[in-house]
Amino acid sequence: MALTRRDFIKQAAAVSAAGAISMKIPASAMAQAQETEKGWKWDKSVCRFCGTGCGLMLATRNDKIVAVKGDPAAPVNRGLNCIKGYFNAKIMYGKDRLTQPLLRVNAQGEFDKQGKFKPVSWDKAFDVMAAKFKEAYGELGPTGIGVFGSGQYTIHEGYAMSKLVKGGFRSNNLDPNARHCMASAVVGFIQTFGIDEPSGNYDDIEYTDTAVMWGANMAEMHPILWSRITDRKLSNPDRVKLINLTTYTNRCSNLADMEIIFKPQTDLAIWNYIANEIVYNRPETMDKEFIEQNTVFTTGHTDLGYGMRQDKNNPKYAAIELDTMNKQFSKVLSEAEGKTLAYLGYKAGDTMEMKHTAPGDCFAHWTIGFEEFKKGLEPYTLDFVAELSKGDPDESLDDYKVKLQALADHYLEKDRKVVSYWTMGMNQHTRGSWVNEQAYMVHLLLGKQAEPGNGAFSLTGQPSACGTAREVGTFAHRLPADLIVANPKHREFSEKIWKLPAKTLNGKPGSHYTKLLRDIEDGKIKWAWVQVCNPWQNTANANHWIKAAREMDNFIVVSDGYPTISAKVADLILPSAMIFEKWGAYGNAERRTQHWKQQVTPVGDAMPDIWQAFEFAKRITLKEVWGEQKINDKLTLPDVLADAQAMGYSPDDTLFDVLFNNEDAHKYTWPDPIGEGSLNTLAEGDKRKVAGFEGYGFFVHKYLWEEYRKFGVGHMHDLADFDTYHKVRGLKWPVVDGKETEWRFNAEYDSYVAKKAPGQKFAFYGPAAKALLAGDLKGPHKGDKVKYDNKAKIFFRPYMDPPEMPDKTYPFWLVTGRVLEHWHTGTMTMRVPELYRAVPEAVCFMNPDDAAEQGFTDGDAIWIESRRGRVKVHIELRGRNTMPKGTVMVPFFDERVLINKVCLDATCPISKETDYKKCAVKVTRA
Amino acid sequence: MAAGKGIDRRGFLSRLTAAAVGGVVWGGFVTEGKSAALVLRPPGALPEKVFLGKCIKCGICVEACPYDTLFLAGPGTDAPTGTPRLLPRDVPCYLCTDIPCTAECPTGALDVSLVSDDGGRTLDVNKTRIGLAVMDYENCIAAWGLRCDACYRACPLLDKAITIEHTRNERTGRHAVLLPKVHPDACTGCGLCERACVVEKAAIFVLPLEVALGRVGNSYVKGWEEGDESRIDGTTGPADELDSHPLDYLNSGDLQDD
Repeated sequence: MALTRRDFIKQAAAVSAAGAISMKIPASAMAQAQETEKGWKWDKSVCRFCGTGCGLMLATRNDKIVAVKGDPAAPVNRGLNCIKGYFNAKIMYGKDRLTQPLLRVNAQGEFDKQGKFKPVSWDKAFDVMAAKFKEAYGELGPTGIGVFGSGQYTIHEGYAMSKLVKGGFRSNNLDPNARHCMASAVVGFIQTFGIDEPSGNYDDIEYTDTAVMWGANMAEMHPILWSRITDRKLSNPDRVKLINLTTYTNRCSNLADMEIIFKPQTDLAIWNYIANEIVYNRPETMDKEFIEQNTVFTTGHTDLGYGMRQDKNNPKYAAIELDTMNKQFSKVLSEAEGKTLAYLGYKAGDTMEMKHTAPGDCFAHWTIGFEEFKKGLEPYTLDFVAELSKGDPDESLDDYKVKLQALADHYLEKDRKVVSYWTMGMNQHTRGSWVNEQAYMVHLLLGKQAEPGNGAFSLTGQPSACGTAREVGTFAHRLPADLIVANPKHREFSEKIWKLPAKTLNGKPGSHYTKLLRDIEDGKIKWAWVQVCNPWQNTANANHWIKAAREMDNFIVVSDGYPTISAKVADLILPSAMIFEKWGAYGNAERRTQHWKQQVTPVGDAMPDIWQAFEFAKRITLKEVWGEQKINDKLTLPDVLADAQAMGYSPDDTLFDVLFNNEDAHKYTWPDPIGEGSLNTLAEGDKRKVAGFEGYGFFVHKYLWEEYRKFGVGHMHDLADFDTYHKVRGLKWPVVDGKETEWRFNAEYDSYVAKKAPGQKFAFYGPAAKALLAGDLKGPHKGDKVKYDNKAKIFFRPYMDPPEMPDKTYPFWLVTGRVLEHWHTGTMTMRVPELYRAVPEAVCFMNPDDAAEQGFTDGDAIWIESRRGRVKVHIELRGRNTMPKGTVMVPFFDERVLINKVCLDATCPISKETDYKKCAVKVTRA
Repeated sequence: MAAGKGIDRRGFLSRLTAAAVGGVVWGGFVTEGKSAALVLRPPGALPEKVFLGKCIKCGICVEACPYDTLFLAGPGTDAPTGTPRLLPRDVPCYLCTDIPCTAECPTGALDVSLVSDDGGRTLDVNKTRIGLAVMDYENCIAAWGLRCDACYRACPLLDKAITIEHTRNERTGRHAVLLPKVHPDACTGCGLCERACVVEKAAIFVLPLEVALGRVGNSYVKGWEEGDESRIDGTTGPADELDSHPLDYLNSGDLQDD
């Protein structure tokens, strides 16, 4: 398995030489902003869109973005972009940009939930918003409010909101749309390595011999990375192999050496087949020394439910919906499950009662010996898995078996380097955490992990899902740098950095993204603030959430650049500054943090989200939130006002003064040499003087950054200082002594290995969930927990069916996804005329034989209907996606084809990430 | 693919004349026909000259088009007034499998047999030849190395009419160029690619076949391609009659300097 040091140096030299010879970096690519003779100012920035994190150079003139180019010096993209990136200069200038606050009002101009939107002043907007906040908070406490955050927040925005919501409001009801995107990957990382985010980086592409896509349509969703994969393939076509595992033919198949079409959910079985092949048939392929030194075998409970609602008799759900929802409580096991769960004593036809649906039980795992691990894998023979997983009814079983065997061969082949890539296929999955862990299972068994060209690599969807949602921890259970609210020591540490009285922070995790909507529907949340996301379009089972927003007693605020579906159902809309109208930073999928400066003044009266947070915080005083707060029957947060006074705060101080406008903040003065010649609306205001604002008088972004990085420095999450990032093209954390980390957990590249495990080649040093009980496949034994420092876990996880599968009434699988041309809910890209014209509507991709059977022809309008709702859509029988019989696919970008009305809001019970890839539908002529 | 559709220079000129006459008769505008060579006609349209002879400008094909792709040329445009046409950058042809425009043509100006197998019994919309998509690689951002290929993904016959050619990007040393390439043997000229192209003026656009395609002579057959010989079926070889006698040449003029 091991690449020798010499081989590696040789290869590294070749790769960097190839780069060096051909890299021509024009002078204008230099990181420092430059004025050119045209009166254009060029400065570096980052693409607004996906998790790839391409570097950009932006030209501004007369306070407008006039042009954009790929940054030739950016290591990720070296001057290239995809077509979304190509249009970065246009995304802020859509004709219907929101430019003033809009409130639903009655004829007298007062707030009225049934009123129409009318422009109001910022002051009026914040006053109504604060009054409504105080009503909800007064009635329901910290759990009665919620904030929908984002993996598209800048790092500073996410950090400010985390501090305001968790430190200020004492609420953990802050959760990002990233929950829908990579929460399962997070659980995989935390449970396997004890620390979030990948060990490898994008350079794995140039080092590997084999790229296996598991539910990752990189050709469309990570276009620039796909062009790197393509180049790698071209560099050595005979040696380099690409394998595309997918539930339908997508554009990756165009270049792949092998395409494996599998049935939705059966990736769980395919991973176990590979492991079965390793441990039963070719044990010599195991890297025994690596396994012994660095790993421990583990498993967990199976009867976790499917993350659906726990209330059986909710009157808001029709009987037909309960068909599926009742599987949250129990399910009759299928033929396949009878085999895969036989190790627990089950057989087909038995009813499994879901006894471990509580979050702690879902997360629980314990060690098992290798023999138990092996026993669990026993059913996953080639015959069994091929029969279960073959996804194209028109393919012969024999042909399919040959492919599965070849897949295993590629993983097992000695000296063949392999990277497994996945995106939403594995993450949006009712067993998403499990299938992530299975990827590491195979790589760890083979010792092919945490080395150049070897490893399992989760590709994030959003530009700062890593940098903001995960690293800042804008999740309902997290604090910055992998700390969690449930851990008293972590809360104490955070309270010190935030200068909060002890026990201010709430130890009960809040509601995850989908649960925020369920809570609104249940009347448990009556005030919500939506930032940089579009929950009413992006969340499954949308009919319920739309109704809840419009018909119930609640107050919903949406901050956005454009009018979205979520804005349409809101009560108050706040116009937000967009990416290049503010300072910011994003963190991409390879741990690379990239900063940019404000390039232009925001349009109209739009203002940055941080300004909105600060101005709102000015309207909340300590005495309104830091008194005693009841969370539930078991937990009441203490009154911390006396301690606050002892710290020099007054009960009448505002959250703005305490959290943001404090002595530390004012140490970061403005002007600052690093921002010379740049706009800084937050520090000094801007020419518009919106709402009379003339700046906070300090360097807000630098203060937030420098405070934020205190969480991670010395704790394996080291980030560089603010100024450094403005001089480089991003750095991969941990940044130790000014040096970024290429491959984590590997002593050759990661300085933490020597600190944590001197002399060892590898150390999987993440500290989370390292103390484990011992047990067997059936459960943990009684006894004391043992610590497994520096070990990675090899999980056994079985195959289980998803909660809803096609049947006679709803005979098709529905898969949702994306297209290259549009970004998520289309808020920006549908307003770029060229991208709109390229793909003006979402269509339903369908197999031509299925269509013929229904009497449909290409282009017909049809209804897609599930137990939850229906949408009208045109069908496409030819084109970018080719469907196997029995499966249809609809992208979710188009608000006129609101496919999330149809989707099921079942989630992975551990990660709470929704499975957008599987539900059962019928199709009828519209 | 273009067999039978090639129009020689003389035919081309006389077609122009016919078009102009049509214009005079129907609408009284004599200038319309001048650039009629760039007009795209509905699926199944006969060669332009014949088409114009048969089309009665009834508009039934336009009525039949469910996408409002087809419209009747108005006066003062570059096509005879009242004849059906399409502008793919605005609305492309969606290649309906039942081809209602052609099927409903009362005169056969749109000829079902041209878009059918088995001599007209089974419709095959993929036989449509509205024109041919042509690429301007200078202004194609995929050719610059950007990840676009929007035309490829828009193509209803992707991987047949448009394929992706993968080459290494020598400038960056680690990316590939994914270059769309049109294949005239499969391209229907529907123009979905032209509509999708994201640059300001499309870098892929449909031209009538006779404009888009060159033509090789019929005295050479590709030795490496089986069946190429059928391309020159019916070729009779050089004419027997000689138009000048070598003696005229040999006996004329004088090579010596004055």
